[in-house]
Amino acid sequence: MATITETPLSKHRERIDQAVIRFAGDSGDGMQITGSQFTNTVALYGNDIATFPDFPAEIRAPAGTLPGVSGYQLHFSSSDVYTPGDAVDVLIAMNPAALKVNVADLKANGILIVNSDSFKEMDLRKAQLTSNPLEDHSLDKFRLFAVELERLTRAALDHLGLDAKSMDRCKNFFALGMCYWLYNRSMDSTVRWIEAKFKNKPLLVEANKLAMKAGYSYCEATEAFQISYEIPPAQLAPGLYRNLSGNQALALGFITASQKSGLRLFQGSYPITPASDILHELSQYKDFGVMTFQAEDEIAAITSAIGAAYAGALAITTTSGPGMALKTEALGLAVAVEIPLVVCDIQRGGPSTGLPTKTEQADLLQAMFGRNSEAPVPIVAPATPSDCFWAALEASRLAVKYMVPVIILSDGYLANGAEPWRIPNADEIPAFPVQFAKEANSPNGYFPYKRDPQTLARPWAVPGTPGLEHRIGGLEKQDVTGNINYEPLNHEKMVRIRAAKVAAIAQEIPDAVPAGDPDGDLLIVAWGSTYGAITAAVKAQREEGRRIGHVHLRHLNPLPANLGEVIKRYPQVLVPELNMGQLLWLLRAKYLVDAVGLNKIQGRPFKQAEVEQKIEDMLGV
Amino acid sequence: MSTATLPPPLTKKDFQTDQEVRWCPGCGDYAILSAVQSVFPELGIKRENFVVVSGIGCSSRFPYYMNTFGFHTIHGRAPAVATGIKAIRPDLEVWVATGDGDALSIGGNHTIHMLRRNVGLKVLLFNNRIYGLTKGQYSPTSEFNKKTKSTPFGSVDRPFNPVSLAIGSEATFVARSVDVFQSHLKDTLKHAAAHKGSAFVEILQNCNIFNDGAWFSLTERDARSEHVIQLEHGKPLIFGKNRDKGIRRIPDGDIEVVELRNGITESDLVVHDAHHPRPSYAFLLSHMEHRPGFPTPIGVFRAWDDLPRYEDVMNQQINDVIAKRGPGDLNKLLRAGDTWEVK
Repeated sequence: MATITETPLSKHRERIDQAVIRFAGDSGDGMQITGSQFTNTVALYGNDIATFPDFPAEIRAPAGTLPGVSGYQLHFSSSDVYTPGDAVDVLIAMNPAALKVNVADLKANGILIVNSDSFKEMDLRKAQLTSNPLEDHSLDKFRLFAVELERLTRAALDHLGLDAKSMDRCKNFFALGMCYWLYNRSMDSTVRWIEAKFKNKPLLVEANKLAMKAGYSYCEATEAFQISYEIPPAQLAPGLYRNLSGNQALALGFITASQKSGLRLFQGSYPITPASDILHELSQYKDFGVMTFQAEDEIAAITSAIGAAYAGALAITTTSGPGMALKTEALGLAVAVEIPLVVCDIQRGGPSTGLPTKTEQADLLQAMFGRNSEAPVPIVAPATPSDCFWAALEASRLAVKYMVPVIILSDGYLANGAEPWRIPNADEIPAFPVQFAKEANSPNGYFPYKRDPQTLARPWAVPGTPGLEHRIGGLEKQDVTGNINYEPLNHEKMVRIRAAKVAAIAQEIPDAVPAGDPDGDLLIVAWGSTYGAITAAVKAQREEGRRIGHVHLRHLNPLPANLGEVIKRYPQVLVPELNMGQLLWLLRAKYLVDAVGLNKIQGRPFKQAEVEQKIEDMLGV
Repeated sequence: MSTATLPPPLTKKDFQTDQEVRWCPGCGDYAILSAVQSVFPELGIKRENFVVVSGIGCSSRFPYYMNTFGFHTIHGRAPAVATGIKAIRPDLEVWVATGDGDALSIGGNHTIHMLRRNVGLKVLLFNNRIYGLTKGQYSPTSEFNKKTKSTPFGSVDRPFNPVSLAIGSEATFVARSVDVFQSHLKDTLKHAAAHKGSAFVEILQNCNIFNDGAWFSLTERDARSEHVIQLEHGKPLIFGKNRDKGIRRIPDGDIEVVELRNGITESDLVVHDAHHPRPSYAFLLSHMEHRPGFPTPIGVFRAWDDLPRYEDVMNQQINDVIAKRGPGDLNKLLRAGDTWEVK
């Protein structure tokens, strides 16, 4: 039966393809939780997403100040998403400092929701503002919604009997509720999260739920909000999905590698930003036999892992640049004794302590060369957060197959960023079972450096194996026997064998196949977390008719065997990196190619527009 | 081999390697190597289950001369490497060979953390009070004002007492022996071997090239009985050529040296209790040698074995979780948390 329904005349819904939203506030305002809750909700709905959490190194910088601003940006769409977005459509600013730091990224006519309760004289002074932006017309080009978040939240929670401070802590959920209304999203998954998070504090469950619902209802009721938006689900490949950050993905990847190799997983680690989450993750999975060891320092973290590997474990150590520097000597030992080990360097801005919470790609040359003498190490680089899973598997496989330490170069952006991940069927992931040496490999006994002729790997004989007692160490060894040996020619031979072993991995690395045009006017060669911005830029530029190829290197050492040949197909080569040009330096040295760098060292990822601008400059368009 | 025939018992020779031993002639390390090679066959442990781990320095060449599994690592890091081995394989018998520079200077951090964790390792600290392999610089156990290549006007550092440091790190077994006291050294090694948790043994050792006579005040025949007191559990603390001196408690908790005469008898002396759960008494003993008139103790200062081994606790925690949750299911793990289906 047909009926005529009354709809509120003043409100309407608009269907759009994508949006970029940024939550910004004090470190203590709960912006990371608010952002990740919104992310979870839109991911569960079926949008493609990319996120960019951006927070200060200080746990709680002085409230209301510029250095204390914490942000969480989310790009969600009904089509493929490659980056968290260059500019934002919606900015939620919890105080003047958050507004000041972030407003430059808000698009003209973008939606700006500010907590007007925090724009008092003192708040403005802390943010080093001389006039009130809510009154001085500096925000006129935006759709400004000045909302009394504190007063409204308190009003909604008034009857619960909470103190003012506890009520104010719920204001982020009021803002979250507003965003759910704005994008027509269900609050169910966040309700579930609140109930689980505060399961022993029923009053807080009630307060946060009420605050969120009050925010939702506020938008519904107030005349200020006229339009809400709808972004349909993306056409992702069929399958079961979850949201995954880079550090989570590494943890899952190593557990999978442990299962697939049949080796016990051992992680030696010392807390360091932004790598600690891998330790937090792995320490939860003791039911997989995972052994996590929080060592006394970075050196003990890697040397305990070397000991565990010697005893037959799949051993890993996880760190960031400063920790990497401390592990240097031990990594050389792993090279010399030819022990499998995976070292994860979650890169951050440097030098020294640098920018602990900000991303950078400046440890590539450290990974390549940062050890005394000739000590080559294979390097694997994940391109996206979920790709960290596959990088962990690949690095583990190479380590045990070639008896060699392998470095994974992730970074802060991959570590904390998240994306939807199509969950693989674990049964379909190839196994790589490891065989320890069980008996003597020559009529004269067991020789620890008698190699597999194909891989040049030496056998792995673990303590406790009868008849295979042997000694290894950091002193130069005689080829085959492994006895201490200082002879000149033997040393040169061993140096060359260790190099050849790493170089031999190139045999099994897939050829570089450029995305985009297989030949053309410009080749982009890149690595790591720049994948998204470059992919989006190349896509946009090719739609403009430009002929561009993009090789994104998974293996940085050794490089794919055909890379030199691919480079020759293009008259110009561009190498965008979040450093001063480290891959650029390697490519120029190895291939004598006059490649050009696009280099950004700001602790932030590339914007798509920055890559596009460089492409246009190089192509003269 | 049938299960009925037992393998022949191991001998000292089974623990010798074909490698030429490259310590200086006359080095105290030879005596320590010989003692260890003698003691290992007596422990009832299969040869393949021994692992000898070392750092860097003269003493750290030790694994190359032991026909067991051996790992010569990097300077100071042997305790950390050995901890990784023990964590994965608690069943292995892991011994660490280290020196005063290796364990107390560059590797000091690992030494104290290994001890406070009570990792089931036997640690032999060869203390010759000098850097030998780098040809004669003062070490963290060198006496104050030591004149060496790097301190021509005398060192200005106060030395570590390794035994005090180990006890201060809450080590559960701490002992001291001397390279030239072979039978005492072997006995001490056997005590260490019987201990389940971390067993720390300081071995006073001569370096006849760079620090000859490092311990002559204790080892020369005439000095021995006057300057050394042998600690034996359950026995009174007596020393002296004529066994006429002893250690007595005084009311403020401190100790004093007394002569056994004028009515003072053995029954007035401290009876050595190596098994005391608290380390304070052992620490008091460890300071004797710094006090005028007091002898230097050798033997087992402390052997309190009630603390579980680190590697056992680590593995137990894993087993408990598996017992509670069941063994991990990879597909379940990958599909954990909020998921959504795309058709």
